[in-house]
Amino acid sequence: MIPLILLPVIIPLATFILLLFFRRSLVINQTVTILSAFIQFVVGFMILISVAGDGILVSQPGNWPAPFGITFVADLFSAIMLILAGLISLVISIYSVSAFGKDFQKGIYYPLISILMMGVNGAFVTGDVFNLYVWFEVMIISSFVLLTLGGTKAQMYGGLKYMTMNLISSMVFLTGLGLLYGQTGTLNIADLALKMRTLESSPLITTIAMLFFIAFGIKAALFPFFFWLPASYHTTPVTITALFSGLMTKVGIYAMIRFFTMIFVHDQQFWQPLFLTIGGLTMVVGVLTAASQYDLRRILSFHIISQIGYMVFGLGLFTISGVAGAIYFLAHNIVAKTNTFLMAGIINRIKGTFDLKALGGIYRTYPFISLLMFIPIMSLAGVPPLSGFFGKLLLIIAGFESKQWWITGVAVAVSLFTLFSMIKIWNEGFWKKTPDEDVPAAKKSVPFTMVLPVVILALLTVVMGIAAEPIIRISTAAASQMINPDEYIQAVLGR
Amino acid sequence: MSSQIIQISAKYLKPLLLALSLFVLYRGHNTPGGGFIGGLLAASGYILYMMAYGAKITLSKMWLKPFNLAALGLLIALVSGFFGPVVGEVFMAGQWFSFLEIKLGTPTLFDVGVYLTVTGVMLIIMIAIFENLETWN
Amino acid sequence: MELILSTVIGVMYAAGAYLLLRRSIVKLILGIIFLGNATNLLILLAGGLTWGAPAFVEKGAGVVSQGSADPLPQALILTAIVIGFGLTAFALALMYRFYRISGTDDIDQVTE
Repeated sequence: MIPLILLPVIIPLATFILLLFFRRSLVINQTVTILSAFIQFVVGFMILISVAGDGILVSQPGNWPAPFGITFVADLFSAIMLILAGLISLVISIYSVSAFGKDFQKGIYYPLISILMMGVNGAFVTGDVFNLYVWFEVMIISSFVLLTLGGTKAQMYGGLKYMTMNLISSMVFLTGLGLLYGQTGTLNIADLALKMRTLESSPLITTIAMLFFIAFGIKAALFPFFFWLPASYHTTPVTITALFSGLMTKVGIYAMIRFFTMIFVHDQQFWQPLFLTIGGLTMVVGVLTAASQYDLRRILSFHIISQIGYMVFGLGLFTISGVAGAIYFLAHNIVAKTNTFLMAGIINRIKGTFDLKALGGIYRTYPFISLLMFIPIMSLAGVPPLSGFFGKLLLIIAGFESKQWWITGVAVAVSLFTLFSMIKIWNEGFWKKTPDEDVPAAKKSVPFTMVLPVVILALLTVVMGIAAEPIIRISTAAASQMINPDEYIQAVLGR
Repeated sequence: MSSQIIQISAKYLKPLLLALSLFVLYRGHNTPGGGFIGGLLAASGYILYMMAYGAKITLSKMWLKPFNLAALGLLIALVSGFFGPVVGEVFMAGQWFSFLEIKLGTPTLFDVGVYLTVTGVMLIIMIAIFENLETWN
Repeated sequence: MELILSTVIGVMYAAGAYLLLRRSIVKLILGIIFLGNATNLLILLAGGLTWGAPAFVEKGAGVVSQGSADPLPQALILTAIVIGFGLTAFALALMYRFYRISGTDDIDQVTE
């Protein structure tokens, strides 16, 4: 019937159409979205099992043969990302049931989440550069609307900056794409990987690679391009920030990893120092700026930037262990970062504010929830046995293996600063006494649908840390599939 | 917005533009045209009518409200892909039927879906703008 | 011909970048539209220009013959135009809402 690979794209589209027809009924919206997100999650697992067992999955919709038609490819990296995307959409759908008022949810909120998931899933399974552009656009247009849903002044201002930077990124992507087509005559990723290995390094190819680097760098919030993120992520409701933090920047990193391990392999003397320097600067700038903030959402937004620097550092090592560390860190970061934003939403529900100076005493009144929130905070800081520790360990080991002492030292120092930030959040938010009254206020009840996603993600963080070995093995296999793309090219083109 | 000239001419130009859009849609496969430009022409017929008579009257004259129109278009486009697996080929493989002398196929069906979607989306945007303009004035 | 077209594309990119940095939000959106159109022209130029030959096949032939134009950049440009249309529609709606909220066209007035 329908190949397994196309399901992650067809299911959200079908959900979107169904929800547009039934947009008056809130209950149908909620149940269909949660069901569809769960099915996407399960399909992601099925794809992973199929790829691990049978090899890379390929499908050619429209029956046009490989270099001419659009290919849909799933290798191990795509499968990992599909599982995580399904998980995040499931978690956010459950959380939004009680995080928003009924009027907010009754509009086009749930259809927008489905279309966003279609764009994200499509970007993960496509094997054609222009198709990647189309899925990026689907993703960013729905994110524009989600960002400004509600129409407050802060959202408009943040939305304007977000929109402009993302539009510039799209234009730069399209420019690089046009030049790439002119240079090589093909837009299929496997065919490009084949052709690029025979072409000599030339200034035009370095220019094209730089254009793609800038385009993905803007999307992923790398060092000189990240200024849209702290300007816009804290203006929108926390649930939507959680959705964005788990998916949008990570798709940019996914595209960067795929392009720079498979296609743009020339001129390593130029690219390696560039990647490592930019990764280092991203880490440092993100974490130093976060250390001076007192608004919970702003601290977490700056930490997104700093953690992206780690992934670029892993990619810049250009070895299998470096890229494997980047993939594991990516998986850990998606889970932990979304969890911290959801946690911030619960804090806002309990206390009514995000300002760390006004918070306090949550540990005394809500001990169970505080324990639950302790897990993602410490996972981001890199405390064993949680997943953050293994992610950073992998990256540092890979850095030492490649003899990049300076940048690995920077990574360790940034990790200490991250620990400082996380301890500050725990101290100010949970541990200290409430500044207003010494008498604890009446205990507000937190809805079950808001706590359940945090429980799921916290459990997953613990499991990813304790059972890190199989995940590291899958990440290493995924990295080697990309650095030596012979299996990929064989599966798509047959030669 | 209620000049006599535009009111009379919009009444007659709207069906003309709709017919033109259907023609452009059908010839889109082998000659310039297609679903996207057809949808824009159909929407512009309605927009002309809206400029003459206002958004509320135009909305009451449509069988399918714009949201449902766009959703129906997407549904047709999605369904047109399923004809492939029914016959045994891949998703979205084009199937062609010869009916008298006219060739119909799933690409045409997909184009019709695109046509309806573009019409619906343009109308959603335009109705929102017109309603805003009316309350603003 | 390529020289003229690449000069025009360069001028459009420059105009788009200049407008993007202006103070008024209308000029910002015009700059985005300029950039989009310049990029579409670039795709056309990079795909190879053919004088006077449409991107179609002879009746009954199986493959595209040597003299006809390359159809792939044309398909890419059409998709890019449609996507650009959607983005412009949203940008205009945002600009309208921005004007209603802040009462001015001036982006420099944006403060937290």
